[in-house]
Amino acid sequence: MASLWRYVLAGLGLAALLAGILAAVYLTAPQSPRLASSEIARSKKTANGLFVASFEPERGVIRQGELQSWLLILKTGAGTPVEGAAITISGGMPQHRHGLPTSPQATDYLGDGCYRIDGVKFTMSGLWQLHFAISAAAGSDTVVFNVLL
Amino acid sequence: MSRFSRLLALLAMAVLAGCGKPEFSDAEKKTIASLALSALSPLKTDTTNRFADVPAAAALGSTLFFDVGMSGDGKVSCSTCHKIDRQFQDDLPQAVGVGRTNRRTMPLAGVAHDPWFFWDGRRDSLWAQALAPLENPLEQAGNRAAYAHYIQARFGERYERIFGPLPDLSTVPANASPLGSNAEKAAWNAMTDAQAEDVNRVFANIGKAIAAFERSIAPPQTRFDRFAAALATGIQPQGDDAFSPEEILGLKLFIGKANCVTCHTGPRFTDGSFHNTGVPPVANLPPDRGRIDAVAQVEADPFNCFGAFRDGDASACGELRFMVKTGPELIRAYKTPSLRGAATRPPYMHAGQFSSLDEVVAHYSKAPASVEGVSEVHPLQLSDRERAALVAFLKTLAE
Repeated sequence: MASLWRYVLAGLGLAALLAGILAAVYLTAPQSPRLASSEIARSKKTANGLFVASFEPERGVIRQGELQSWLLILKTGAGTPVEGAAITISGGMPQHRHGLPTSPQATDYLGDGCYRIDGVKFTMSGLWQLHFAISAAAGSDTVVFNVLL
Repeated sequence: MSRFSRLLALLAMAVLAGCGKPEFSDAEKKTIASLALSALSPLKTDTTNRFADVPAAAALGSTLFFDVGMSGDGKVSCSTCHKIDRQFQDDLPQAVGVGRTNRRTMPLAGVAHDPWFFWDGRRDSLWAQALAPLENPLEQAGNRAAYAHYIQARFGERYERIFGPLPDLSTVPANASPLGSNAEKAAWNAMTDAQAEDVNRVFANIGKAIAAFERSIAPPQTRFDRFAAALATGIQPQGDDAFSPEEILGLKLFIGKANCVTCHTGPRFTDGSFHNTGVPPVANLPPDRGRIDAVAQVEADPFNCFGAFRDGDASACGELRFMVKTGPELIRAYKTPSLRGAATRPPYMHAGQFSSLDEVVAHYSKAPASVEGVSEVHPLQLSDRERAALVAFLKTLAE
């Protein structure tokens, strides 16, 4: 009977090993483009630190394949709203060698440093980048927001 | 010993059952659910066409769609190329109307969900699209003055019940159009602005009626949709709805390693946008640069969303207002076609370049460079087995 238990133990050992291997494979499997939370942040300092910019969908949710309005909120480091900024927008999908499917524009100033960015559309799932060139009384600066769908 | 081996076999089965790889991960299940027909949003109201959902307009549009009187030679209708029993396409590499065109006829199921029309998006609404073939010399080869007279003579009463009184066309030349032959152009230029406006209004309403009809053409449920519905509810798909191991592999590749789903996304399997995928040109056809040449055409179209014939306000014109007008990625970029029903309607691509799905999948696996502009597709190096699995999956979208 002792030999039977050896077989059982060996079997259990093998099972544990298999479970371990499968767990390792599953846990380290490559995921769709993964970014650190700081890189998909909706609020960040501009490249030269002139402004703090926030970028968010006006209605809270991103809907793939639909034209949407987003809000770009610009403040100085001290928290003062940035008024009268000229904003140009470009971007695209770095992994697919193409630009944005639309040409978003700043269409409205809503007060308190908040600008409406109209014509934003994400047609595909994946990593999108939006580049903002911002020019205001304090100077010119740029900021890039990553949007992951 | 037989007891040991039985015990070992039992143990092995338990291990396999407990640790066996699930068919789809949660992320895959989410993607599959997003592709199912049940995920298709209801058709949005087209505020630029206030007749879009008027049944009488759709009925008139249907009559016009099948009427060969709607052509210069009296032999061609919309349905000559958009055949009702062939998914509203014609199985030809390039459409043949009055002459041979340089593009493949597009099927119409779900067309009203599109933001742009034609392979290159040179029109921005379904009703503006419907007008272009009517005057294209290779398609229906008519002219708008003749169409206005034809509508009055043949469908005057039906037209007036929907659109209101017809204008006085008694002094309008029999044949006239800004796009026609030299004689037709001269006749058009000799018309008063009021006459031109009257004819354009009737012409636009023809497009609006045809668009109202086309809005009813919806993609049917497929085997894939039944499989996806079962998967979403956690029920094992039964009988014909169950996928073979090859079809499952194809689906996994489609939404995974093969990257098909990045463009063929959502329940219509299209992102509605334009991409250069390195599809080769066809010899002996005129130069074709895709989206880059369509931008100026849609901007110049008097029936576009900014034009005088739009109903509703300009808030509906976002696509045209925020259109990308320049950039190297527009060169030889063509609209992502829906893949629903594609397996039973070869040939493929914007000019029927490939005669089978095997050729299409081989093209995307190899990803050759584009003759002009840059292809967005990366080589995949799919094995024979993987390519066959992708084709097997695509067939489930046509069953």
